[in-house]
Amino acid sequence: MTTHENSAKARLVDAPTPEQREEHRKKLMRTWSRAPGLLGWLCTTNHKEIALRYIVTAFVFFLLAGILALLMRLQLSRPDLHVLGPDLYNQVFTTHGTAMMFLFAVPIMEGLALYFVPLMIGSRNVAFPRLNAAGYYIFLSGGLILFAGLILNVGPDAGWFAYPPLSGPEYGVGKRVDVWSQMITATEISALIASVEIVVTVFKQRAPGMSVDRIPIFVWSMLITAFMTIFAMPAVMLVTTMLALDRMPHVATHFFNPAEGGDVLLYQHLFWFFGHPEVYIIFIPGTGLISALLPAFCRRPVVGHTAVVLAQVATAFIGFGLWVHHMFATPIPELGRSFFTAASMIIAVPTGVQVFCWLATIWTGRPQWRPPLLFVMGFFIIFVLGGLTGVMLASVPIDLQVHDTFFVVAHFHYVLIGSAVFPLFGALHYWFPKWTGRLMNETIGRWTFWLFFIGFNLTFFPMHILGLEGMPRRVYTYAERTGWGSLNLVASLGALFMAAGALAFIYNVMRSRRCGEKAGDDPWFADTLEWWTSSPPAPYAFLYPPVVGSLSPLWTDQNSQPVVVGLDAKKREILTTTILEALPDHKHEMPSDSIWPLLLGLVVGGTMSSIIFHPLPFVIGVGLVLLVLFGWFWRGGEPQVLERRSPEIEAEAA
Amino acid sequence: MNGQNYNARRRSTFLAITKPAVLPAVGIILAGCGRAHSALSPVSPEAADIARIWWIFFVVCAAVYIVVALLVVGARWCRGNSNSTAGIPPPLKVEASQELRTERIVLWATVVTALILVSLLGADLWVQRGISPRNDDPLAIRLTGHQWWWSAEYQDPNPSRVFETANEIHIPAGRSIRLILESNDVIHSFWIPQIHGKKDLIPGHPAEISFRVDKPGKYDGFCAEFCGYQHAHMGLIVVAEEPAKFEQWAQAQRTEAPPSLTDSQKRGREIFEHASCSLCHTANGTMARSRVGPILTHVASRSMIGAGVLPNTRENLAAWLVDPQIAKPGAMMPPNELSKADLNALLDFMETLK
Repeated sequence: MTTHENSAKARLVDAPTPEQREEHRKKLMRTWSRAPGLLGWLCTTNHKEIALRYIVTAFVFFLLAGILALLMRLQLSRPDLHVLGPDLYNQVFTTHGTAMMFLFAVPIMEGLALYFVPLMIGSRNVAFPRLNAAGYYIFLSGGLILFAGLILNVGPDAGWFAYPPLSGPEYGVGKRVDVWSQMITATEISALIASVEIVVTVFKQRAPGMSVDRIPIFVWSMLITAFMTIFAMPAVMLVTTMLALDRMPHVATHFFNPAEGGDVLLYQHLFWFFGHPEVYIIFIPGTGLISALLPAFCRRPVVGHTAVVLAQVATAFIGFGLWVHHMFATPIPELGRSFFTAASMIIAVPTGVQVFCWLATIWTGRPQWRPPLLFVMGFFIIFVLGGLTGVMLASVPIDLQVHDTFFVVAHFHYVLIGSAVFPLFGALHYWFPKWTGRLMNETIGRWTFWLFFIGFNLTFFPMHILGLEGMPRRVYTYAERTGWGSLNLVASLGALFMAAGALAFIYNVMRSRRCGEKAGDDPWFADTLEWWTSSPPAPYAFLYPPVVGSLSPLWTDQNSQPVVVGLDAKKREILTTTILEALPDHKHEMPSDSIWPLLLGLVVGGTMSSIIFHPLPFVIGVGLVLLVLFGWFWRGGEPQVLERRSPEIEAEAA
Repeated sequence: MNGQNYNARRRSTFLAITKPAVLPAVGIILAGCGRAHSALSPVSPEAADIARIWWIFFVVCAAVYIVVALLVVGARWCRGNSNSTAGIPPPLKVEASQELRTERIVLWATVVTALILVSLLGADLWVQRGISPRNDDPLAIRLTGHQWWWSAEYQDPNPSRVFETANEIHIPAGRSIRLILESNDVIHSFWIPQIHGKKDLIPGHPAEISFRVDKPGKYDGFCAEFCGYQHAHMGLIVVAEEPAKFEQWAQAQRTEAPPSLTDSQKRGREIFEHASCSLCHTANGTMARSRVGPILTHVASRSMIGAGVLPNTRENLAAWLVDPQIAKPGAMMPPNELSKADLNALLDFMETLK
């Protein structure tokens, strides 16, 4: 049966009466709600609950890593201080970088994706909901391993990149680097899980009518990010596992031991083959957030929709071709370096396209200067500066001077905080009413923005100058005679402003979720489908899943929104559609809630953390994982129906 | 070409391009520069070339940034009337023709961006080619990184003229220098900002870097790759001298420790040879012949102790000998229990190691 035949079977039926709708609502509520109580909470496979856990957990890690940053700024505020000392400082800066990358930036974006991608494409859950739950628990165990390590004085201390030989068995004694590598593996498993879900969800679960040209840019960005993750993360899992094997006394491979024919440069290549795309894995979701915020607050679609999407795709491709610019100071032939210089500069073109399209959107739109748009403005001012210093760093001679100095610290904080954290704060203000039904306070929102914005620039701008003046990165202190003291003091004071901004945000969240202004379902009159659900959304999200006729579904078809009515409310049924045209394909039943994902998370987390001490738990862990998977796939609890039949489509407004 | 020349040229080109556009920003950056470790105060043709390409990139990028920032701030100013929470207007109707015009502007902006990038790339490759390895009879020095200090071995075809020093290298001004870089343990990175960019010292991957310093002076350098606890205290000092003065220094480095004359010096030498010093250090002309720590044959002629941690004074050396872990926690050298008299004798002896 071809998809075309399928679509022909979609037929128009009468709109359901209010009584039918109420009946339908009750049935859906029964089918999609989780069991009450703690057990139900632990067993849930509702993507919205899991995603919020991702977001909240990642935000907590953001705050913890931020506290570590404050400690670093305290230690560096004056020359020759010994507040932390080299041992603790090295653990603190390593944990700060690792947590910000692996426990905050990537997972919080995944959290937003897992929450909003299904809603924006008009579906009721992500593909593989149980796997989704397991992914969260594995992520959590990775984060706990890292911070437990830091608290127990086995925090990793070889930098977030952990170059051997410093991280190898000879110079990285103790268990510190093992904590790091296990944590990486755990969080990357969860990142891969989330990516697979996003890809399948976007490919197969879009609302009928949402053909590829009608996919919101935010969804595109998350799809592209998911693909990048799938190609990049295996490299880092491989390289950290090789490192762990080198370090494990019972195994003692010599992948990175030059004395035994191993190669330390191999590690750098594999690490940066992941490490550079990682930057774009953080940056592209940020561009998706910008593209989600701008239409709502400029009251028009983004200029050049196709150009923006293609620019993101181009960024993802080129992003895999510039990892060597992290290694310009290593002995690499000149021609090779020139290639990576060119790639590093060319990637500015697609980024430029996006920035120009967004600026055009603001200039041709009717901007509403609410806090989310302020954060978008902050994004421009900060990110563009970071992008331009990135162009400078692409030049080999310039890079050789500022590489591994505070100039680079300034550069990537401008890029990452500019492109991810500012849009993120904007998005949190924007979507807060969707989660809670209440608006965040705008005055506090403005304070958050200005404190964070001013603090950020005070902290990081002086670091450009420090780097040019010769201050290397990752030093726990510096001598008075270097003259770096005053700029470091400014940077440390700026960090306090940033902390105040973060506190203002937390206060705003706490306050607004209880007594914020009531928001209604769609306080911003935005264009994408997540605003078509109630606030907060019901477990089934859409009473009747929508049929999409344009790029901005809520700005058109308002009076006669067609919906899908043929789904069985007694089962967790969703409609799958074809990849390109999003024609109805078949009905698919989602699995029920289950305790097995939690058990899998526990087993994986437990195995990961005990392998640090001995390889034997690996064998036990594999056995336990097999047992859990037996339970997981036991036939009784599984959906039976996989119908290849198309549902009816209704013509009247819901 | 001498040092004055290219410095002057660099300054004039730089001023010519930057003066009108970005003086305030440049002012901020220059205010802090000119110290003995700023990448923008070059003393070698290599660093001067890099500084020149830096200023080209800086001016172009600053101009682009100003344009973008104006567009952002301008939007707030020009399109900022609906600030209130009064209500959100309905979505705008997008006219196809208007949209096409807007997209054409975006297209042109993109073309201009690409052109700027290509020109920057050209400038970059041009400068890169200019910084080529030096083959004009360079003085070769084998520089080895250790946790957390440097050893330098001056090469010579005549083996009796080879000599070694640590943490402070003297070079003749105006002559090409070739450093052969190796690491004894983890990855380090050689960096003297006023002289050249970085080169990593990677175990198993020998590397080279060459340069010429034209202006005599003392230049601070750092290890730029994170290498463990005392990465912060792994300084390297380069002293560029007139060739005659350098020859004098080199000749002095080739000599052995002088005979000890006073009783105190003799006692100090005895301590040096028989206490723990000789377990790690070498001082030619004594029985201390171990290769673990920095060579000390001429330690008194160096300006710093502990790879840039403390100025080399008698008091600092005393404190260092008694407990190096105070100034450089994690350093490989253990504390030493020495009576006051022994310490004084040891210091007396070490002061003869000029």
